[in-house]
Parts: sequence; C-alpha cells; structure tokens
Amino acid sequence: MTPYLDSHREDASRRDWQHILHLDAMLLFSLVALSTLGLFVLYSSAGGDDQLVIRQCVRLGIAFSAMALVARLRTQWLARWTPWLYGSGLLLLAAVLAFGDIGKGAQRWLDLGFVRFQPSEMMKLAVPMMVAWYLADKRLPPSPGRFLIAAALIVAPVLLIAKQPDLGTSLLIASSGFFVLFLAGLSWKLLGGLSLLVGAGAPVLWHFMHDYQRQRVITFLDPEQDPLGAGYHIIQSKIAIGSGGLFGKGWLNGTQAHLEFLPERSTDFIFAVLGEEFGLLGIIVLLVIYSIVIVRCIYIATQAQDTYSRLLGGSLAMTFFIYIIVNTGMVTGLLPVVGLPLPLVSYGGTSMVTLMAGFGILMSIHTHRKLLPT
Amino acid sequence: MRVTIKDYLFESRLFMQRSVQALVFAALLIAVLVGRLVYLQVVAHEHFITLSDDNRIKILPLPPNRGLIFDRNGIILADNLPSYRLEITPEQIHDMPATLDGLAQLIDIRDIDRKRFDKLRARTPSFKPVPLRFHLSDEEVARFATDRHRFPGVDIVAGLSRHYPHGSLAAHALGYVGRIDERDLQRIDASNYSGTTHIGKVGVEKTYEQTLHGSVGYRQVETNAEGRVLRTLVRSPPVPGENLYLTLDAELQHIAEQAFGTHSGAAVAINPETGGILAFVSQPAYDPNLFVNGIDTETYQALRDDDDQPLFNRALRGQYPPGSTIKPFVGLGGLEQGITTEHSHTYCPGFYQLPGKDRRYRDWKRSGHGTVELNSAIAQSCDVYFYDLALSMGIDRLHSYLSQFGFGTRSGIDISGELPGLMPSREWKRASRNQPWFPGETLITGIGQGFMLTTPVQLASATATLSKYGRRMTPHIVASTQKSDESSLTPVANDPMLYIPIEQREHWHAVIEAMHEVVQGKHGTARKAGKGAPYQFAGKTGTAQVFGLKEEEKYDAAKLEERLRDHSLFIAFAPLETPKIAVAVVVENGGSGSAVAAPIARTILDAYLKMPETP
Repeated sequence: MTPYLDSHREDASRRDWQHILHLDAMLLFSLVALSTLGLFVLYSSAGGDDQLVIRQCVRLGIAFSAMALVARLRTQWLARWTPWLYGSGLLLLAAVLAFGDIGKGAQRWLDLGFVRFQPSEMMKLAVPMMVAWYLADKRLPPSPGRFLIAAALIVAPVLLIAKQPDLGTSLLIASSGFFVLFLAGLSWKLLGGLSLLVGAGAPVLWHFMHDYQRQRVITFLDPEQDPLGAGYHIIQSKIAIGSGGLFGKGWLNGTQAHLEFLPERSTDFIFAVLGEEFGLLGIIVLLVIYSIVIVRCIYIATQAQDTYSRLLGGSLAMTFFIYIIVNTGMVTGLLPVVGLPLPLVSYGGTSMVTLMAGFGILMSIHTHRKLLPT
Repeated sequence: MRVTIKDYLFESRLFMQRSVQALVFAALLIAVLVGRLVYLQVVAHEHFITLSDDNRIKILPLPPNRGLIFDRNGIILADNLPSYRLEITPEQIHDMPATLDGLAQLIDIRDIDRKRFDKLRARTPSFKPVPLRFHLSDEEVARFATDRHRFPGVDIVAGLSRHYPHGSLAAHALGYVGRIDERDLQRIDASNYSGTTHIGKVGVEKTYEQTLHGSVGYRQVETNAEGRVLRTLVRSPPVPGENLYLTLDAELQHIAEQAFGTHSGAAVAINPETGGILAFVSQPAYDPNLFVNGIDTETYQALRDDDDQPLFNRALRGQYPPGSTIKPFVGLGGLEQGITTEHSHTYCPGFYQLPGKDRRYRDWKRSGHGTVELNSAIAQSCDVYFYDLALSMGIDRLHSYLSQFGFGTRSGIDISGELPGLMPSREWKRASRNQPWFPGETLITGIGQGFMLTTPVQLASATATLSKYGRRMTPHIVASTQKSDESSLTPVANDPMLYIPIEQREHWHAVIEAMHEVVQGKHGTARKAGKGAPYQFAGKTGTAQVFGLKEEEKYDAAKLEERLRDHSLFIAFAPLETPKIAVAVVVENGGSGSAVAAPIARTILDAYLKMPETP
C-alpha cells in the first residue's frame, strides 16, 4: 500500500475544532502571542500613533486570514500546482526587472493595473515548494546530479531578486532552498564543497554588489568610522539595547526610541525598542515564543506523511529562524545591516502575508494527515 | 527504465536526523545572540546608559547680557541691541557650497561674509555653529523661516549685539568689543565664555571686561536626534554683567572733539579732586560699531593706512615732548629743592652757553627776555631761565622731582594700552644707550625737549596734581558700577595715590600765580586765549619740536610741510582757587602752543564750568 491511498478514514477523536478549521492550536496561540507583543512594542515605537497600530492590526487580520485559507488547501493540491507557481514566479521576476516600478531605489514591484505586486514575495514560498517537489519522488539523499538541478532551481530566482536589488529577500530565498536540500540529506561532502564555493564566490559577489550594499558591509566591519552616516543605525541601536539593561526602561519610556535617535524604529530596528523598554527579560520572552514556534514547526514536519510536506515544512520553519537571526543579529551589531523585518513584530505588509501563508502550509500539513494503519 | 525505490523508513530517519541537526544549529546561533545581548545589556550596560544619557541630555550655555556703559549723567554710550544672526553647524551640512548658494538666494550674503565664515569655520569644531550673517533684516528672517526645512543645520539665532549709539564719540576711551579670537581664548576662562561670541578688545570695554561680561548660566536640556530642544531639565540663570557709569561727560566730550576741527591731536580733562576723566579726546577717531562684527578688510586697511591714524590712541599712547609745559614743574622743583628763589634774577640775552663751550642754546625769542625771575620766566616762557635752572638742579634732582608728578611712568588709568612716556636719567641713558649723561642734555630737558616724552594723560594728571598742591590721584574713567538687578551704584574706590611733599606752600602758590600770568597777565604767552574768561585760571603753553633746528636757523612754519611742523601743547586748570578741571591739549603739527592748543583748552574749560554742578 502507498501513502497516496485516499483512505478518508479519519479518527473520530481528531474531529475537534483544530481539524475542522485546519489549524494547529499551539502554533496559532504562539503566533497570536507574538503579534500581540509586537503591537505593544509598535505602539511605543510609533510614539502613540494609533493609526499605525490600527493599520498593523488590519494587516495582521489579512495575514491570519491568509494563513487560515492556505491551511485548508491539501498539500497534494499544493504539490500539483508547485511547478506552475514557480514557473510563473520566475517569469514575473523577469518582468519586474524589465517593467517594474522603482520604490526606495530598488525595482521590486510589478504594477498589474489593479494591484501592485511583489513577485519576490511569492518566490519565498515557491522556491522551497519547487525544490521539495523536485526531490519528493527521488531517492534521498539526492545524488550530485540532482543536487545540481535543485541548486539551479534555487540560484535562478535568487540572482533575479539580487539584481533588483533586494539582498535580504534573495538571502532568505537562497536559505529556504538550501534548507530543503539540507533536510533532504545532502551529503556533508557536498555541503563542504558548497561552503567552499560560497567562500570563493564572496569576492566575486563583492564585485557585483551595489555601492550601498558594499557600504553596509564596510559599516558592519567598522561602524565607528562613520558614526553619523552609515554607522549611525548600528551605534544607536546598540545604545538602545545596551541602555535597556536587564529589565528595560519600561514601556513607552525608551529615550532612544522616543527622542528619535533610533532610525527605522518601527520597522527593521523594532527589536532595539523592545530591548530598550523591556530589557533582556523582554527579549528572552520573545525568543522563547519564537523558539516554541520553530520547534513546533519542525515537529510538524517530522510528523508529516510525505516527503514533499516534510521537506517543505522543515524548510519553512528554518527560514522563519533565519528571519529572526538575521534581523536580531543586525540590530545587535553581529551581522551587517540587511533590510529584513523582525517577523510578526515589525511594521510592514506584504512579507507578513507571505510569512503567515507559510504557517498556513504547516498547519495544512499537520491537519490533513491521514491516520496510518498501525 | 530504472525504477526508483524509495526507502521510506530510511528517509524518515534521515529527515529526523537532519531536523535535529538544524535545531542544534538554530540553538547555537540563538545562544550566540543571547550571549551578545548579555554583553550589551548586562556587561556593558553602564557604558550604554552613559551614551544614552549623552545622547539626550545636553548642556546649553546661557550667555550673560553684557553690562551697559553710561556717562556721568546717565547718557548711554554702549548699548545692546536685539539682532538676528544666521548660524550654520558645519557637521550637519552635507554639501556646504550648495547650502551657501541656496541661502544666498534668500539672504544677502556678500563675499566678505563668506570669507569670514570660512575663516571662522576653519578654527571652530564642526559641531559648533558658525555665524554667516549678522543683523538680518526682518524681511530676511521671514524669508528664511518659510524655507527653513530646506536647510537642516542652519539656524537663525536671536541675540544682543553691542552698539555704540554715538558712533565715534569717545571711541578711544570706550574701545569696542569684537569676536573672541585665539589670543583672547588664552587669557579668559573659556567655560565662562561658552555661548559668548564677543569680548572687549580695547579701551574700557577691555579693562572692565570681567565686570561687563558677568557669569555664564546653563540650561540642561533634553534633545532629540536632530539636536532640537524638547524640554529643559535644569536651569541655572546667568549673572548679567554690571553696568558702568563713567566720570566722562558726553556733552563735554562732544564739545572737546568739535573744538579740534580738522586737527589731529589729543585732549584729556581731569577732575583734580577725584582724578576722574571728564573728557578723553584722540582725534581723529573711528566708529567702533565697525569692529563689533568684524570689519571688512578694505575698510580696515583704509583706517590703518590713513595718514591721520584714526586708530591711534593719542591720549593714551601718543608720546610727545612736553616742551615748555614742563617749565612750571621744573620751576617748582627749583624752589622746593632750594636751588633758586622766587625772586632770583637771570639775564636772558636770547641764548645760553655752557661754561667753556661754544655752542649756543637758543631762546625762542631771538632778542632775549632781558632780566627775568620765576614769574616772568614762566609767563613769557623764557628758555634761558630754565636752561640755567636745569643746569643748577642737575639731571638727578630734575628726574627725581618730576617723577613725583608721574612723568615717565604709566598713570595707571583704567583704559588699557597706556604707554609710559620717558623721564630721562643717567641710569636710563647708561642702560639704554650705554652712554654717559651730558650737561647739554640737562639743559634741553629743562625746557621739555630732548629725550623727555609725555602722554596727554600724564600731562593732564600732572597738571591736576599741581593744581591740588601735590595731591596726586590715579586718573580713572569709571566712576561706579551697577549690578543689573540693583538700582544703587557701587563707587570704584580711588584714594589719592601720593602726596608730593611740600617744603613751602608759597612755592606752589608762586608757580600757580605764574601760570595765571600766562593766560591772564599782560605779557602772558596765552593772554589771547585767556581774554574774557569769567573765571580765573592757570595755564602754560608748549611747543614741541618735531625735528631739531640748527643753531642759527630760523623756524619758518610756512616753509615746512605740515607734517613737520611743531606740536602745539597747552595745559591748564580752572578755577584758580578751587580747581574743578585740569586739562592737557596736544595738537599735532599745530605750531605754537598759544595759537592752537590754548583756544581748544579754553573751549573745554568754558564748557565745563558753565555746566550745572553735579555731586
């Protein structure tokens, strides 16, 4: 017998609300907790701007709805549409480079007349889906030849997005593809070779970087060299976090944030506001909730019944982690400034919908399981 | 076709294994992150707290308002006027030339403004604002206000600016303030001057800098990242500078300055009772307002290179041979030291010869004065009488007696920059020229020529001392100070610095009588100047040679270029019995003392004695 058999025999005990709504309670509550904490920090960073908080609430509503919607889609259905999604995404990326709107100095948006659309957001999900789809019916771990094909599937959209230029998103998409390969059991030899390749490729990458991207790397290496220019963000956010101490200055009392020393304090640098006002304690609480989300997602992936779901679920979980570590690493001065938001806490639209759609996929994986005969 | 056989159990275990590895990887990175946070928030917490406070708390200086200067009747001589200046903080400007060009479209910015700005900018730390324009008009302020958002780092600052409402009146006494420069910074307490842009450069403004300046205050403020002040946390108000009331009489000063006409020279009028300066003239003068915010190069060069030297403070720094004005003091010395008597006779044939020498020392009157005694010698200014007396006294006694009147030393007047003049002596000549003293030099010292140099301030002070029978006051121009929040005045202490010992009052009386003869006697050299005076007064003319004439050469003023003409001097005090004013006048290249200097002195005396009495 194969797992593809549609047995439709579901355990009566599992017919609770989680399965009716296709939601996972633990994941859902953790995400709600994160969003709530995020709203509090946002209210403070926005200086009591109700409008900003209300807009964020609306976005959260849309994002959670997107999650609930995606959670209803069967993974088999998703798998069937994966190549189409990926292919059209690739085409749209090419279209963005050709006809896209320029916003904030980068071509990311495609104006379809009725809606402005960011194809790179779609690819955040499409790339791991595609790699997982490609490997799902192959023998694992993948052979070097198949690894090369999978790598090509990742590199093509990553290059197109990096060209926009959007370093943060291309990095995320590259890592989501990489995690599929890693979870599929890519041999350590190939992993070693891959890291050597990246190391050797760094100078080449430097050559192709835009000036502002190079500046970010230079600034990361030595923020003090330009304290009022490019290094200002990092220095000020370190001051904000460091001055917060163990217990923080208290909600709405962060001087760095409220006296406007901290740039981008509602978006990419909101973690510094949390650190300043709630201290190490507040950050630990946030990190604990994030950890619960990640561990729960990995658990869901391990419980998945087909390779596609497993690889996709695991990759989405790890991509979520990459989001967190890149943002917090940047704000604390461990990593160069890469424009990535802190998931579910930073103010921002499209990326949150994509992110929650990813959690929708995970919930779908978990709630559409069929009981295996034991 | 090869059929792929998938080993589900193996793949499931492989996935489980890899998931655990991924979680370990994530846990490691989170551990690094937490380590970093512990470092930032626990280990280096104090450091960042300090930085955070530095970020938001700034200390802003509150500069004190400079004290005002009034004349003795409360007429304001130095004032503070509200003014707007445009300041640029270079640190906050990304493209300075573009910013300046942009500003130039709104506000009149001349090349000199830019040059001064560049100069100031080069020696100011970049976080400190540098002024670009002063005294903006209301219209300019309004134009900038509408476009302000285009110019971050550019601000309009309201402040007070020093103003001298009477322009050049008493300019050499008042001096002026100017921007603080590096030399000033070395002699002031920089923290007391934070926020202050100007400092007294010369004159009373400089001498009384500490009193006028006051003490700086502070404001501790919370600012945002752009440096905009959000609220004041602590405020410690500044102590304003004290006002100064001068002994100077603005009206008398004006009359005295006018009396000079186009002549260059100096006049100092002193109240002999107190030593207070009543008028302090150095002509020509300049408008001190030009210097307040930095004079432009062309104007400055014009002033500096002017042949009449308007920037030269003649009253304080002009060192002139006193000429015959020294004769009353020499005569008094002869009487007091017992070398001569009031009625000793000397015959004047029109020249004098040292015993056994051929050289003839001329009298100004070629035909000679005949037989003279002290009274007629002073009244007619006989040179031969004083050649003879000086020779009998010798340079040592001459030096010691005249020195008591302050000749050769700074008078100690409270206007900065005074020069000491010169009262020659054997020691001085040995030290400065490594030569012995020659008797001929004693002769010409007796008539105020040769090495001897005096300033108008010294002459006026000596005349005042003589009029008060040796009671010598330090000349001073500031009468009292006034704290800004008090109406009462605090007088500046001024006790007599010296009583010249008196052998016989009659000697002093005789000399003063002789000076009375000069102006109001039948044969006095300045009898024209004394004509019709409704009061009795004493005076003495003097003519100081600008260059020496040969023995038989006759002085012909008309033939000489004006610049080589003799200086005209006159000293006087009035009224005779109860002196209220002593004056010394020097008119450069004026010719004889009686012709030019005496009438100016008379004008000053008349004007002052006509004024109502002030306590």
